[in-house]
Amino acid sequence: MNASHSADLEPLFGDYPLDRAYDEMREASGEVRAHYRALAETLARLPHDELQRRKQSADLSFLTQGITFTVYGRDEGTERIFPYDLLPRLITATEWDRIERGLTQRIAALNQFLRDVYSDAKILNDRVVPRELVYSCKHYRRQMRGLQVPRNVYVAVVGSDLLRLDTGEYVVLEDNLRVPSGVSYMLTNRRVMKRTFPQLFHSYGVRPIEHYPQLLLATLRSLAPEGRPEPNIVLLTPGVFNSAYFEHTYLARQMGIDLVEGRDLVTHDNVVYMRTTDGLKRVDVIYRRVDDDYSDPLVFRADSSLGCTGLFNAYRAGNVTVTNAFGTGLADDKAVYAYVPKMIRYYLDEDPILPNVETYLLSEEKERRHVLANLENLVVKAVGESGGYGMLIGPRSTAQQREEFARQIEANPRNYIAQPTLAFSRAPCLIGNSLEPRHVDLRPYILFGDKVNIVPGGLTRVALEKGSLVVNSSQGGGSKDTWVLE
Amino acid sequence: MLSRVADSLYWMSRYLERAENTARQLDVTMGLMLDTGGVSAETRWMRLVASLGKPAGLEWNGDVEPMASKLVFDNVNHAAVGFCVNGARENARQVREEISTEQWQRLNRLYHHMHSPHTQAQFKTNMNDALAAVVDGIHLFKGVSDTTMIHGQGWQFIRLGRYLERAYSTATMLEVYQPYLFLPEEREHAGYQYLELVGLLRCCTSFEAYCQVYTADVSPDRILEFLLLNHDFPHAIRYCVDSMRGAIDSIQRTGGRRPPDELLAIIGRLHAMLDFTTIEEILAGDTASFLHNIREQCLRIHEMIYRYYVHYSIQSALAS
Repeated sequence: MNASHSADLEPLFGDYPLDRAYDEMREASGEVRAHYRALAETLARLPHDELQRRKQSADLSFLTQGITFTVYGRDEGTERIFPYDLLPRLITATEWDRIERGLTQRIAALNQFLRDVYSDAKILNDRVVPRELVYSCKHYRRQMRGLQVPRNVYVAVVGSDLLRLDTGEYVVLEDNLRVPSGVSYMLTNRRVMKRTFPQLFHSYGVRPIEHYPQLLLATLRSLAPEGRPEPNIVLLTPGVFNSAYFEHTYLARQMGIDLVEGRDLVTHDNVVYMRTTDGLKRVDVIYRRVDDDYSDPLVFRADSSLGCTGLFNAYRAGNVTVTNAFGTGLADDKAVYAYVPKMIRYYLDEDPILPNVETYLLSEEKERRHVLANLENLVVKAVGESGGYGMLIGPRSTAQQREEFARQIEANPRNYIAQPTLAFSRAPCLIGNSLEPRHVDLRPYILFGDKVNIVPGGLTRVALEKGSLVVNSSQGGGSKDTWVLE
Repeated sequence: MLSRVADSLYWMSRYLERAENTARQLDVTMGLMLDTGGVSAETRWMRLVASLGKPAGLEWNGDVEPMASKLVFDNVNHAAVGFCVNGARENARQVREEISTEQWQRLNRLYHHMHSPHTQAQFKTNMNDALAAVVDGIHLFKGVSDTTMIHGQGWQFIRLGRYLERAYSTATMLEVYQPYLFLPEEREHAGYQYLELVGLLRCCTSFEAYCQVYTADVSPDRILEFLLLNHDFPHAIRYCVDSMRGAIDSIQRTGGRRPPDELLAIIGRLHAMLDFTTIEEILAGDTASFLHNIREQCLRIHEMIYRYYVHYSIQSALAS
């Protein structure tokens, strides 16, 4: 980049701090990375109020589309607009290639792990993963033992969370193997961004993601029970009060399938039907957005009315495919997570392409002692939680919070893991009128049916509060569009 | 289509129809109360309440404005405009994937309008305009429903809900008002009777349509004939029953399952009765019980739609 260009970009950055964390847009020297240059130049060229104008028009677009999520713990059913940032996050073809291969490898190993644990349990017998770790997991479902799953696919829809370390390397922070959400934001972000920056989008040659619903539908269809050539596929939602209800309606509409609630389903002779105005209609594939616990009061939590009584028996009989399968939460337990690299070596005989974040298992006495002595530097997480709940961020915690966590760890060490506080990467965001860096992660969505499909990109989640490390939408996080370049 | 979805669309539509009916009847009644001769304000109010199905807590207490306000903004009373708009939106929200974005936005806007402090202030200063704005919002919703939605089963359930609610409420209204229509000769003076009759027509937005058919010569028997037996005017009961029958026909055609004979019989009988009875015959007999019978039939149709399309037993569905 020559001097005159740099001068042009100067006012754009104002006081845009660079430090140890990897900056997606700028090198340590302050120079704009090659693939971000066109974006930076476009921004620098825009008249002062043009960005704000585009921001307002994008805002309006989100509003009128009713892209909202529900916040718990306040008035039941409070709807909020999902916050987003106007600037795209860019990923080069080389970077993406590595991510794609890494995730494909990872999902294959995780799926084999689930199949193994619920059948022969070889990996446990070979003492690669400790038996007690698996059997003490609260998401382990003994009902799944010995059950034949269509195509041996346990996890058809996965969202894995990636971070980028200060070295620029992508690592996997966690896998979401139960009911990962957020894909509707990925799709709507893209639609709005194409309208907001049409020329820039065009000039970058961004790989498309719009076919995700179609791929999802094909994945679900490929998992239909044998002998059902025209399967009736439905999306099972907990209902209008669920935080992801918007996404459920969105995906059902985009796929052209019925959005059902538990009360729409009945079972008879181990066959699942839905109540329609034309009588009962057989259901073949259920894309389940209801947790295991609430899926069938006969087998799981008896006090739940969200699911369908008899669903599990119909599933066991092979008359209906439910995906993701039950009990997949075992493999996204944060303590089991620590063993994923070993699983990859064990099942695939390959080296992991995407590394894990260093993880301390608190059930190990030595590691526990180290963690308890260093709580103020570490992040502690409850193993079965998601959404940023049940978490202690050491450097930002009070002494009282640390004491509280220490007590809980001592009481139930299996329930917690600890990880170093990561300086994960930051990307430029439009804050007020200027660019400021904010921490981001990346959640690509992996579909696994007759083959693995990953639409290029995924949801980039942003910790919109200055300095914050929490990207979850329930806790002040937002999102931005993710452009994977050709 | 899922039974639950059909149910939600049906009730979304019924609630909006009810909201419109309440808003319009209230507007007309408040207008009539300006004329102090003839019928007393208390009688008018109690007549309105009876015509809306006697919702609780609205007994006459002499203070019209707070009672009217309750009938608009109450969130508990099943006849109140606010309750109905909330109900319609809540139903729509649960079938968001089935209705068009335009429908959702219209309904959402109406809902926020009802809840805005501005509307409540406007209601105090200019009730007339405030009620007109609500009716406008409902009309817009109906318009986009007809133009942006596939006219498949879902739309037919919306249609069914609309006309069933309308037939029922019109029959209720006529039943309540008809003793007042035929006043003894000596009281038919000074135009009070005229105001009374035009008010009734305006409750069904039918004054202008009536004039096109009968000229402005309003008489009670013609009004009854028009609101009961006209088959081209959308607020006439006969037209409503026609439309209900059409909706059930279409639902059957697109679904391929024949409704039970009982349902076809009730709606067919009601239809034939309105087709082949003359107003002279009705007036010669017991008019009140004729109207009451229409309401009973509407309730039975509702029950049967429920039993057949929504809350059917699994055993019966498996058997067929």
